[in-house]
Amino acid sequence: MPIKSYLAHPHDGKKEELVQALSSLKNCEVIPAENKDLLIVVTDTNDKLEDENLKEKIETIKSLKLLAMVSGFDTPKSN
Amino acid sequence: MYTSLTNRRSFIKKMAIMSAMTAAATMFPGILFAEEQEKNLPKGGNLDWKKAPCRFCGVGCGVLVGIDNGKAVAVKGDPKSPVNKGLCCVKGYHSVMSIYGKDRLTKPLVKKNGQYVETSMKEALDLIASKMKETISEHGKDAVSIYGSGQWTIPDGYVASKLFKGCIGTNNVEANARLCMASAVTGFLTSFGLDEPMGCYEDIDNADVFVLWGNNMAEMHPVLFSRLLDQRLKRGVKIIDFATRTTRTSMAADKSIIFQPQTDLAVANAICYEIINNGWVNKSFVEKHCSFSKGLTDMGYGLEDKYSFNDKPESIDFEAYKTFLQDYTPEKVEKISGVSAKDIKYLASFYGDPNKKVMSLWCMGMNQHTRGTWINNLVYNIHLLTGKISTPGNSPFSLTGQPSACGTVREVGTLTHKLPHGVVTNEEHRKFAAEIWDVPVENIDPKPSYHTVEMFRALDRGDIKFMWIQVTNPMVTMPKLKRYRDACEKEGRFIVVSDIYPTPTTDIADVILPSAMWIEREGMYGNSERRTQYFEKMIEPSGEAMSDTWQIVEVAKRLGYEKQFYYNEATHIEEIYNEYRRHHEGKKHAMAPLEVLKSQPGAQWPYVDGKSTKWRFNSEYDPACSNGEKFHFYGKPDGKAVIWQRPYEPAPEVPDSDYPFWLCTGRVVEHWHTGSMTRRIPVLHKAMPHAYVELNPEQAKDMQIRTGDKVKLTTRRGEIVLPASVNERGVPERNQVFVPFFDENMLINDVTLDAFCPISKQPDYKKCAVKVEKV
Repeated sequence: MPIKSYLAHPHDGKKEELVQALSSLKNCEVIPAENKDLLIVVTDTNDKLEDENLKEKIETIKSLKLLAMVSGFDTPKSN
Repeated sequence: MYTSLTNRRSFIKKMAIMSAMTAAATMFPGILFAEEQEKNLPKGGNLDWKKAPCRFCGVGCGVLVGIDNGKAVAVKGDPKSPVNKGLCCVKGYHSVMSIYGKDRLTKPLVKKNGQYVETSMKEALDLIASKMKETISEHGKDAVSIYGSGQWTIPDGYVASKLFKGCIGTNNVEANARLCMASAVTGFLTSFGLDEPMGCYEDIDNADVFVLWGNNMAEMHPVLFSRLLDQRLKRGVKIIDFATRTTRTSMAADKSIIFQPQTDLAVANAICYEIINNGWVNKSFVEKHCSFSKGLTDMGYGLEDKYSFNDKPESIDFEAYKTFLQDYTPEKVEKISGVSAKDIKYLASFYGDPNKKVMSLWCMGMNQHTRGTWINNLVYNIHLLTGKISTPGNSPFSLTGQPSACGTVREVGTLTHKLPHGVVTNEEHRKFAAEIWDVPVENIDPKPSYHTVEMFRALDRGDIKFMWIQVTNPMVTMPKLKRYRDACEKEGRFIVVSDIYPTPTTDIADVILPSAMWIEREGMYGNSERRTQYFEKMIEPSGEAMSDTWQIVEVAKRLGYEKQFYYNEATHIEEIYNEYRRHHEGKKHAMAPLEVLKSQPGAQWPYVDGKSTKWRFNSEYDPACSNGEKFHFYGKPDGKAVIWQRPYEPAPEVPDSDYPFWLCTGRVVEHWHTGSMTRRIPVLHKAMPHAYVELNPEQAKDMQIRTGDKVKLTTRRGEIVLPASVNERGVPERNQVFVPFFDENMLINDVTLDAFCPISKQPDYKKCAVKVEKV
């Protein structure tokens, strides 16, 4: 059950668009950083495949310039 | 206590968010300043805040350590420090937690019949002294050695040098800064005749353009990188990342330019070609303040034992240099480097623009390089040709990796050829040191012995029988590690290791001494901008732990050098520092008095008439300038800096059909070097729990490798299996992989190459050939 955090860099002037696009994805939480240049994204998925699919979806968002992973944890399943 | 899975997931999620926020804070200014940090402190505490330089990295941030009932419980950035202005990075913020790991070494251990047995400090020190005496008596003084560190405090390194070079009479003194900063030293010495940067961090507040030469500042020097980003927000400065892979620094830069490994030499020459070809040379500066030289080429790479090389500089004129550069037109260099001629011209245009102030910054990419001295020279050439040097904002700036690589290794001189002032080969320098050390001048051997790689080779051959290792972890960091690990375990070798935690290096020790760490003792560090900073003893050492300084003093006394090691235990740091200052008297390197260091967040040498020197070689700021001109490069006899003719030469081992990838190694923001301290800080360990191999995403797809898959790396030295990392923190180019070296369970240095720069003797950890296979 992977939990990962990322720094997401929007294209110039596209931060709001990126927040909306990320917020619409299931298992994906967006935290705007205090400065104006980036977002913190946390993904919380059930398994490795779901995690990879979600990451691929995030990477197709046009307002996203770069996605850099900060940390990744894998927790045991709850059932 | 039962913790539900839901709570655990919630905790882990919070930790993931915390890690990202911390990373964001280190990359972007304005988040974790002192006020924000204070919000997180324990409530109701009665903290006593004491100042110190940070224990990690060479930036030298000022921190305030919160002491509560004899325990260090909190850290915040020191707002009074001109280095970090209150900001802290993730390592600094958690630094005190590294003191309290569960497995701190608290008692001396002696290996008996293959088992470590606890003993008293007195007995352990007696044993070390008797082993040293026995080794010297049976095999001669050059059979004993000490291997220290850029994390040694200034007093640690000073007493080590005094004991080994001055009293015992062997130049077998080396430090791990040979692995990280030696090329910077020889770069400075060959170009300017004196070591260490002419500028300072205040250049960041004045430069218009920053060119980062193979330097992932966002992870390695996060606080300084934040200062760059802060300047971009305030003044719109430009940041250009010139590197071999895409990193967090590239992501935050205005432009990322990727070059093929080793070809930075060719690109630097192409920039110089452009500067001359476009008439951007600052003619009056070059005529007054520069000379031209060339040295030997095809020097080899130091791969064989007892390799030696001495350069033979030869004066040339500007026309000869100009002719040499004809081989480095941007169009020709594009073919070697993979950097487009357009991008080379783009880089050159900033250096050539008289209205732009340019700061070049570098660290391991240029220093861990088999032509490390040359590439340092070549970047100086760019600044010298345009006269963009030694003025606020115009600054070629070599960053250090360790908290006192400059202060202890370079200034105290804990390298085989060095003395605190000057070199062992110079008779006057030997006389000067001998007088202060109160030893006969004949004691100081005029011949350097072994640089680091050769010192471990000598241990392997049996030429060295005794080695004392302090504050460093060579059994993780030495290149081609297996050979040197086997060497340490050979019969007839006696190894002493002083450290604070068990490491792969304590595993090969015959005696392990528990060391007092950082604020458990008193000391000083010297950072990248010539700033010496003092810290007091704030807490009691763990168990029987003793400072590295006092360990050496105690052994020196046992060896019969009571006269030279006259220090009183209560006041020895002050006595040692005052003695050390005598070596640097004069306008070129005077050190600030101890009371000044105690009263403020450090001082920059040369410290003259109560004032730090911010820009050396510029008569407006540097009292040592005496030629009546605006600039005076007084490190050279003719007062001129040298523009060097240095060609591009390939790396010793390049990818081929058997080993088709480049292997590059390096660090990550969460861990300090080999992770022996930061891996014991839970939040940092969990944020970065193990090493990995970064692959190019397209190539990983072709090879059907996804993140987490096991990948085998094979070089001519051996093989290692690591989990893959694809499209995560860094993105290598095709046919290149990157592996961090912090993980003692995945020793990447077992497969690296021990080739080094023939001038600096610094190994190249950034380039060797490797085969990559999915397991």
